[in-house]
Amino acid sequence: METKSRFKSGCEYLKKKKNLYIMLVPAVLFFLVFHYAPMYGVLIAFKDFSFKKGIMGSAWIGLDNFIYMFHLDNFYMVFKNSLTLSFLRIVFTFPIPILLALFLNDIRSARYQKVIQTLFYLPHFVSWVVIGGILVNFLSPVDGVLNNIITMFGGEPVYFLAENKYFYPIILLSSIWKESGWGTIIYLAAITGISSELYEAARIDGANKFQCMRFITFPGIRSTVVTMLILRLGSVMNNGFEQIFVLQNTRNLAVSEVFETYTYRLGLLSGRYSFATTVGLFTAVINIILLLGSNWVARRLGEEGLF
Amino acid sequence: MSLSSNKKEGILKFHKKSRLDRVYQIFIYVILTLFALACLYPLLYVFIYSVTPYAEYIENPMKMIPNSLDFTAYSKLLSFPLIYSGYRVTLIITFVGTLLNITLLCLTAYPLTKHDLKGRNIILGMITFTMFFNGGMIPNFYLIQNLHLYDSIWALILPGCLGAYNLILMKNFISQLPASLEESAYIDGANEFQVLWKIIIPLSKPAIATFVIFHMVSQWNSYFNAIIYTSSRKLWPLMLVLREMVVEASGTGLSNEAAAADMAYVNSFTLKMATIVVCVLPILCVYPFMQRYFTKGILVGSVKG
Repeated sequence: METKSRFKSGCEYLKKKKNLYIMLVPAVLFFLVFHYAPMYGVLIAFKDFSFKKGIMGSAWIGLDNFIYMFHLDNFYMVFKNSLTLSFLRIVFTFPIPILLALFLNDIRSARYQKVIQTLFYLPHFVSWVVIGGILVNFLSPVDGVLNNIITMFGGEPVYFLAENKYFYPIILLSSIWKESGWGTIIYLAAITGISSELYEAARIDGANKFQCMRFITFPGIRSTVVTMLILRLGSVMNNGFEQIFVLQNTRNLAVSEVFETYTYRLGLLSGRYSFATTVGLFTAVINIILLLGSNWVARRLGEEGLF
Repeated sequence: MSLSSNKKEGILKFHKKSRLDRVYQIFIYVILTLFALACLYPLLYVFIYSVTPYAEYIENPMKMIPNSLDFTAYSKLLSFPLIYSGYRVTLIITFVGTLLNITLLCLTAYPLTKHDLKGRNIILGMITFTMFFNGGMIPNFYLIQNLHLYDSIWALILPGCLGAYNLILMKNFISQLPASLEESAYIDGANEFQVLWKIIIPLSKPAIATFVIFHMVSQWNSYFNAIIYTSSRKLWPLMLVLREMVVEASGTGLSNEAAAADMAYVNSFTLKMATIVVCVLPILCVYPFMQRYFTKGILVGSVKG
């Protein structure tokens, strides 16, 4: 009796909210098909998968792929490259938008501020292929701008993209160029959220610019910085396929091969689907562990964290 | 942008500038100006040298002011068939993808703002989880194969047509709209679809404009999906064409032979610069439109939530 009336009231509720649920249907279907179906697909990592047999029809091989992976020298090379590059990004690329936002906020002329912002956001609209094209041509050993200048001053031309030692600086500088200006947006938003009364009170108390920055602005944007850092740590194994792939060539492969390009080469070029899925799953699991871990640490340290 | 407004009063009261403050002011002007110029310089360079005769470039690569203009690179480009098919594919995936993205974004974000909707938290959790965990390249590839989308234009549109992050930003934007208009519409007997269409969407214009631009830019610029989900060259978006013509043509050894044959006569520096300009100019034209809405739209959503 009671269950029946509960069922009935449930139906009534659904009827009342029918339209809202209908609105949600397409997106829920989208996420199920395009995100959750591939999550089921990670089973490929534990199977001797072939396209003919499908996921269900392929035989289980348990953790064989993982054991194989940990015995592979190439895997450690890719692991090292991915982590090195990510670490360099956190040290050199991550702080730049924060600094630029702090500086931008202190520009006194509103019009000049706007002009600068307009230019800052421009590179975000340029694709990695375009940036790759520009870099490949600017750095070309034959008629690249940089080498033309070097030879004008009597130096020897350098094939920048073929020498391992130049690869990370090129990646970092191009990342800084493309995304730093755009990255200021989120920090500027946080700075705008800080009450101006705080600054006035501080000035009355005789605080200078740096004291204001240290005691008001920085604490005001700290939670944003922490959030961004947690998100960054949650993708430590990723370096972005599009940037790396466009600058990669056979000569710099020893330093440029990262997990995204490695899985692509293994899976789609060599057809080793199971093993490529294993590598992909491994990176995804490390990422989520780091995300949850850094979130936990942040909360322990009294920050808000992500969740 | 509004962030300078709250400072202005403060500045007036702040007459006594210490020397340190003045040095700091000069420092930030210099740093920011240099960075801003660095943002512009490469693009300007590419544009200028796409219309400068090659001989002048070799003579002095830093001059930036050509003695004579030379548009032959552009006319040569017009005879290159891949450019046309690339443009066609890119225009389709940009416009259809954006239309789909915005439709789904509005349709989904609105019900998710209703806190009393049963199951809302489950759906929200399910959506948020996709931000942090992904099946990976091969399961995605297998899915596209199974859906029979491989080597079709839909494989370039559907997989990325809705993202969890933008959805949450949109939800946050709608949440902070004043509830009174919506309520009075319900009292007048409107249903949810009517409220969404007549009230929520008009009020969300700045946010929608922002997301239109976000999605257009990402569709215009992406090439990853095209690399893994397509095999025929007629489905190559502009960025893949550009990659073949400008990046691969420099002999990195990853290029395929059919393309190399096409490439034989387009190997000059000027032509590459012209190709870059042709590929980047349309999306940069979107940029000024952004300026109007964009800061308003994105700022609200991005202040943590």
